[in-house]
Amino acid sequence: MRTLTKILVLVLSLTLFCCGGNDKKEDVSYGKKEPAKTVSKVPASQRVELSNKGAGSITKVDLPLVVDDELAAHGKEVYDKMCTACHKAEKKFIGPSPKGILERRSPEWVMNMILNPEKMVKEDQLARDLLMEFNGSPMANQNLTQEEARAVLEYFRTL
Amino acid sequence: MNKIGKYVLGIAALIFMTNCGNNNSNSNSGAMSSSKAEKVYVAPGEHDEYYAFFSGGYSGNITVAGLPSGRMLKEIPVFSQFPTSGYGYSEETKAMLNTSFGFVPWGDAHHPDISQTNGELDGRWIFINENNTPRIARVSLATFETEEIIELPNSAGNHASSFVTENTEYIVAGTRFAVPNPQRDMPISDMKGEFKGPLSFVSIAENGRMNLEFQLNMPGFNYDLAHPGRNKSHGWFFFTSYNTEEANTLMEVNASQNDKDYVAAVNWKKIVDYVKNGGGKKAPGTYAHNVYDDKTHMATSTMKEGVTMVDPREVEGAVFYIPIPKSPHGCDVDPSGQFIIGSGKLSTDLSVYDFDKMITAIENKDFVDDSYGIPVLSYENTLAGVVTQPGLGPLHTEFDGQGNAYTTFFISSEVVKWSLETFEVLDRQPTFYSVGHLMIPGGNSRKPFGKYLVAMNKITKDRYLPTGPELEHSAQLYDISGDKMELLSDFPTHGEPHYAAGIRADVIKDKSKKYYELSENEHPYAAKSEAEAKVTRNGNEVHINMTTIRSHFAPDNIEGIKVGDKVYFHITNLEQDFDVPHGFSIIGANTSEILVMPGQTKSIVWEPKREGVWPFYCTDFCSALHQEMQGYVRVSGKNSNVPLKYTLDE
Repeated sequence: MRTLTKILVLVLSLTLFCCGGNDKKEDVSYGKKEPAKTVSKVPASQRVELSNKGAGSITKVDLPLVVDDELAAHGKEVYDKMCTACHKAEKKFIGPSPKGILERRSPEWVMNMILNPEKMVKEDQLARDLLMEFNGSPMANQNLTQEEARAVLEYFRTL
Repeated sequence: MNKIGKYVLGIAALIFMTNCGNNNSNSNSGAMSSSKAEKVYVAPGEHDEYYAFFSGGYSGNITVAGLPSGRMLKEIPVFSQFPTSGYGYSEETKAMLNTSFGFVPWGDAHHPDISQTNGELDGRWIFINENNTPRIARVSLATFETEEIIELPNSAGNHASSFVTENTEYIVAGTRFAVPNPQRDMPISDMKGEFKGPLSFVSIAENGRMNLEFQLNMPGFNYDLAHPGRNKSHGWFFFTSYNTEEANTLMEVNASQNDKDYVAAVNWKKIVDYVKNGGGKKAPGTYAHNVYDDKTHMATSTMKEGVTMVDPREVEGAVFYIPIPKSPHGCDVDPSGQFIIGSGKLSTDLSVYDFDKMITAIENKDFVDDSYGIPVLSYENTLAGVVTQPGLGPLHTEFDGQGNAYTTFFISSEVVKWSLETFEVLDRQPTFYSVGHLMIPGGNSRKPFGKYLVAMNKITKDRYLPTGPELEHSAQLYDISGDKMELLSDFPTHGEPHYAAGIRADVIKDKSKKYYELSENEHPYAAKSEAEAKVTRNGNEVHINMTTIRSHFAPDNIEGIKVGDKVYFHITNLEQDFDVPHGFSIIGANTSEILVMPGQTKSIVWEPKREGVWPFYCTDFCSALHQEMQGYVRVSGKNSNVPLKYTLDE
């Protein structure tokens, strides 16, 4: 009879094992889960992440040593039209001021944020933290061309 | 032990199989793949294969549905005010509803038709006619917005409309109610011979602009439906007419006395040449021509005077009548252009005319009669054949491009499939109930997409949950890809769809506009950045050039407005992304809200009647901070000295 019991246990566990895969039962751990990352106490806007290139199509930007004035002037034009409803150089407004942005962010990160804010918020932790810091106000995608975004970046260097 | 062991193992195997077999349902789906449910199921996030544009009838608008799902995608305002977007309420769009009778807030939309190139649907525009105040509208299939409306003078009941020739050269508009032309004060009973039924020909320019080229001053019968010739019969237009009795009272009896009425066959190319060579007479006729510009985001209305009137008897070989059994409705041309199908709605047979025979009869002057000087061709000698006893009350026919025709029968509530080769009935399916028109995407063009058929039923009754005495009209989707038609689903449509037009989605979906370029906005009161936002006063007229972006207005605090002012809010949406409109409304405005698309400017007027501080807000949920998207206007007494001031975050 012991053998029978053993076989029965085997049968039952086999059944459970087989069907368990479909139920995808996980260990219950309500209230126990820890976030994978420890939250930085520094506000996202003050954090320095110069090696973070963000998520998006821009993977490499070479900044010339000297600011390209012509490009920056074009960038200012685009910025004034498309960005000033939310960003002001002299103060924090709906979004952060772009002043000194390149001391904290890589040029690639800045361009990716301009060109594809939806993807950034999904895939980049810093962009996500910024969204929360700025009251959940989403960065609008103003559909700038890559050239326009590059010009805006150049303008930021002059602020 | 061994025995028991084997026994237990056997049970184990059984449990294993049954338990896990149930969870593994994929293997069974093959047998279900042809189910009706799967044929109309469009999975979440997937797109329908076809767009279907339904006329709204007395809603005055067009509703857009996807096929095969029947999901409603949009209502496009055309002839009726539409508070959802502010169409006909906003300062920019009021002019679209201007007519020679003044502002008309409503229309009766009937027959949509999609523009064509070489007889195939090209997806540039959809046209639709208005029956009550005769008009034709052109709707862009890039923006799904009404871009142009032209009124038709001297016409009444614009029903035989708005059908497009195969290179979108012309659309037509026939008069359903014979009227004096020109209109004048006369006894109704003197109608006979005095009333007319003008047929209007409107040309379409390369950019879509419509122009009323001429009117053909036909005898005063009621012109009901029309279709242009295709392929070999391109250059001709065919109209059904009823009330050849010219009765003016108790029409349901008195207009059904004659055994036969007429199909009017019109060689429009001949008449176009005649008019180009100076033919026709200038006749009176006042009509509004309204055009919407998507750069200024504004409509303008121009009142025009005079029309070229052509007497059909004066253009040799251009206009003929063909007898058709009793009170016809549909007049449909097959994709080859060879056959013209006349549906005598009080007859039990379908008359199929042969274009070649008609031409031969004309050449041989094989006339049996004349009607007010217009030659009447012989019925027998123009006939290709008759589809005998297919049903009761034939109304309308379309084609699948595979040699078959599909006709609706109102009285016997069915769709009947028949062969264009043998004129034999191949299949019949009931409709629920009392079908009017049907639509096969592309079914009135040279190249139908012969996969689905939609029947538009006039009576709904028990098909849906009851919703009081009024029910939305029911449409029914049939799969026509096989030998037999298969009813797949019912779905409700808005208003009363008299007709619909369908097109494969891929012809238009990639050209659909996602937002308006801010840099191309030429609205005179646009504020294209917050720096351009301002408030200006001119006497008691105040203009507020305001911007929106997620999620604030600029300015959002305004002071110095006075009771008795006329305040124009001009809202420019600074967003440059797909599907991010902002709305605007303010307490006490005697108009609707406006929904402003990205890059667009729209305006409403507000005339504050009471002192106070009055809020305005965004009506369209735009972001997590939408609820915060609001502002205040301070309204002071008529003679107050509060200075004009506008701010944001100060």
